[in-house]
Amino acid sequence: MRASDLLKSRPEGLYCPPGDFFIDPVRPVERALITHGHSDHARSGHRSVLATQETLDIMGLRYGEDFAGTTQAATLGETVDINGIAVTFHPAGHVLGSAQIAVEHGGMRIVASGDYKRQKDATCLPFEPIRCDVFITEATFGLPVFRHPPDHEEIARVLKSAAQFPERSHLIGAYALGKAQRVMRLLRDAGYDRPIYIHGALAKLSDYYQSQGIDLGRLEPGTVESGAKADFAGAIVVGPPSAFADRWARRFPDPISCFASGWMRIRQRAKQGGVELPLIISDHADWDELIVTIKETGAEEIWVTHGREEALVRWCELEGIAARPLHLVGYEDEGD
Amino acid sequence: MNRFAELLDRLVLTPSRNGKLTLLTDYFRSVEDPDRGLALAAITGDLTIAAVKPAMLRALVVERMDPVLFGYSYDYVGDLAETVSLVWPQPQGHIPNHVPTLAEVVGRLQAASRSDGPKVLARLLDDASISARFAIIKLVTGGLRIGVSARLAKQALADLGKVDVAEIEELWHGLAPPYTELFAWLEGRAEKPRSAALALFRPVMLSNAVDDGDLEKLEPADYAAEWKWDGIRVQAVCEGGVRRLYSRTGDDVSGAFPDLAAAMTFEAALDGELLVGDPREATGTFSDLQQRLNRKSVSPKIQQQYPAFMRCYDALQINGEDLRALPFAERRKHLEAFVEALDPSRFDLSPLVAFSDWETLERLRQAPPHPIIEGVMLKRWDSPYLAGRPKGPWFKWKRDPHTVDAVLMYAQRGHGKRSSFYSDYTFGVWAGPEGAEELVPVGKAYFGFTDEELREIDKYVRDNTIERFGPVRSVRADRKNGLVLEVAFEGLNRSTRHKSGVAMRFPRISRLRWDKPAAEADRIETLQALLDR
Ligand SMILES: [Zn+2]
Ligand SMILES: [Zn+2]
Repeated sequence: MRASDLLKSRPEGLYCPPGDFFIDPVRPVERALITHGHSDHARSGHRSVLATQETLDIMGLRYGEDFAGTTQAATLGETVDINGIAVTFHPAGHVLGSAQIAVEHGGMRIVASGDYKRQKDATCLPFEPIRCDVFITEATFGLPVFRHPPDHEEIARVLKSAAQFPERSHLIGAYALGKAQRVMRLLRDAGYDRPIYIHGALAKLSDYYQSQGIDLGRLEPGTVESGAKADFAGAIVVGPPSAFADRWARRFPDPISCFASGWMRIRQRAKQGGVELPLIISDHADWDELIVTIKETGAEEIWVTHGREEALVRWCELEGIAARPLHLVGYEDEGD
Repeated sequence: MNRFAELLDRLVLTPSRNGKLTLLTDYFRSVEDPDRGLALAAITGDLTIAAVKPAMLRALVVERMDPVLFGYSYDYVGDLAETVSLVWPQPQGHIPNHVPTLAEVVGRLQAASRSDGPKVLARLLDDASISARFAIIKLVTGGLRIGVSARLAKQALADLGKVDVAEIEELWHGLAPPYTELFAWLEGRAEKPRSAALALFRPVMLSNAVDDGDLEKLEPADYAAEWKWDGIRVQAVCEGGVRRLYSRTGDDVSGAFPDLAAAMTFEAALDGELLVGDPREATGTFSDLQQRLNRKSVSPKIQQQYPAFMRCYDALQINGEDLRALPFAERRKHLEAFVEALDPSRFDLSPLVAFSDWETLERLRQAPPHPIIEGVMLKRWDSPYLAGRPKGPWFKWKRDPHTVDAVLMYAQRGHGKRSSFYSDYTFGVWAGPEGAEELVPVGKAYFGFTDEELREIDKYVRDNTIERFGPVRSVRADRKNGLVLEVAFEGLNRSTRHKSGVAMRFPRISRLRWDKPAAEADRIETLQALLDR
């Protein structure tokens, strides 16, 4: 079987004709397999959804319990038969519940990575490289300039700054699913044991992470009721990046705005966004991780999606690996 | 090296002065000699390292990676130093076993000959982290551009040692990197270094603005008045054959004014205003003076067309005698006698303005005899020459600022404390024929309003946004809708860079005119008339 007969791009998303299912479709479809809970991958309104239990739970929290007609939980490493196609979910190391999806038929195995990273992350299972014929890789940070430093070094910079400026508050912008919880967990692992104040938009998902055994320590709402302006002196506050341009941010004393994102690698990005303390913490693979992963899958062919394809395709050419961009619409990397 | 790199990374993104000072003092406190002194020299521009050209840097990197991948990267990042620091490939199997100190980096770069400079640089980059690579490249390509002036760095030193910044400035030109004796003194481990060098800068005396009600409390007979010239405040110092012309912050500007420096053939330290023209005939305007500013080199033609001269205000030292403790009246006598003997095409005396009461002086102030006068100075006859800005002995009484009614066009989010507010405003005035008026931007202001007014404007901006680009919002502004701002400014210059043809000096928001319809804001002709005056 040819790879392009097993999976192809359609306006709705990546489609498997013999199995009659989509992976991460951007429009409502009959049957959807979903890699993880970020809103550009997991949408509501499908007739049936197959995903890990955590991803199903997260979708329920974000869209309400009736987000799909029927749901089925996929167990990592266990193969499910869909219309004669063997489908297996494997951990992707991106956010809690995230998975790669391996699709196999007639001696041809394609792995769709979804979003992934290789740095270790205490809030989700680590990525497992799967041998395959075709590897569909994301390329959010597919340029040699993106090299993420170890996350604990970045968190150490926040704690150092908090000690240097004890009268000010530190506002960390981090996306609501995954990044925010990872940042909180990193703070705990670095020994920070004061309460962390959070924006309301993070409450549900953070509670869910805690219920799954991921200890985030004491979280308190970052609201006026929690205290007067002076009470937030020295506080660390986590919220979605969009909230920091809002009136919400004014309740904190002389805040230092921090933003946890792989984009913070580029100084101009930090400058334009008015970020004073950029934290290069990403849930996506950086350049070095992308090329290591491509090699580890042993794939003879790489399809590049989701971001900056041209550099990664060029690198594959230089390495003698067949590669092409796979144009899928509608993905906007909510997670970084 | 990593601590220096981290300091640069933080400074460039920290907007507030106090934040920068904290970062700098913490660095000086926690880093040992000689690294901290070299960092200080790098920031103040006193570190000399042979420069590496951008083309050389690019050549080094494409020897080591695919040029196409480098091209994609450079296109994306836009800054060569940053791109190279990010993509620099560490040699296969190369694990640096030692992070070089700043002193080692500087030492190796300074010892490198012209021909092996690139190789030395490459080896340093191999051993460095990404941030450190960026810092190293900035050191060798010249210009850190971190938004920290030499003055601010000296203020951080003053904070560190709890001494007056004037003491540091007075010492500065006699010291050299890595300033170990300076740090030893600031940390209380050694005596204050003695200023051995000649022709050092003396910290200048500054004035306070006259506030409402100030004059009623002052006795006119206690004060001398003189014109406040709007040139560049300078200090000319000659000692034992060394001549220096300093700016008011102690930067040596002799190189930019070789014609004036050549005429400094005396033994003295004089305080005055640098202006252009021939003092015996005519003093140039501010636009004339601008011809001499911000130039890398000054051609003989420009020097001839716009000769620099010094209008003297004060004498700090004459023939080895320090006059600073004498009263102004005495110093003035010394100054008058001394300037008499100097080259009259390069030096003259700032004349005193005779007056008997404040009303007389007020009338004179309103109608100064030259456009480059921006007000009057009041100096107590009995005041010694004191460093800094003591309250009482010297006042500046400026000409009232000009005002114009303009319409708010764009607002940009502020920094730090103000990052959740739209606090930087671009405003415009009307241009074009009747019935087809259009707003042309004439300036940008980000102060002059109260916190309460800031909140009101911020709300107005949010409620009237028509377009957004990044941190900037375009605000509804037409004949029927728009917020009128009364903008005060000190003067106007002709500008070819602005569409309106004018550039304002020191614009600030003086009043919010919620009451005024946008269509009644001023027209560009009002500003043009000011230009031609
Ligand atoms: Zn994604
Ligand atoms: Zn994602």
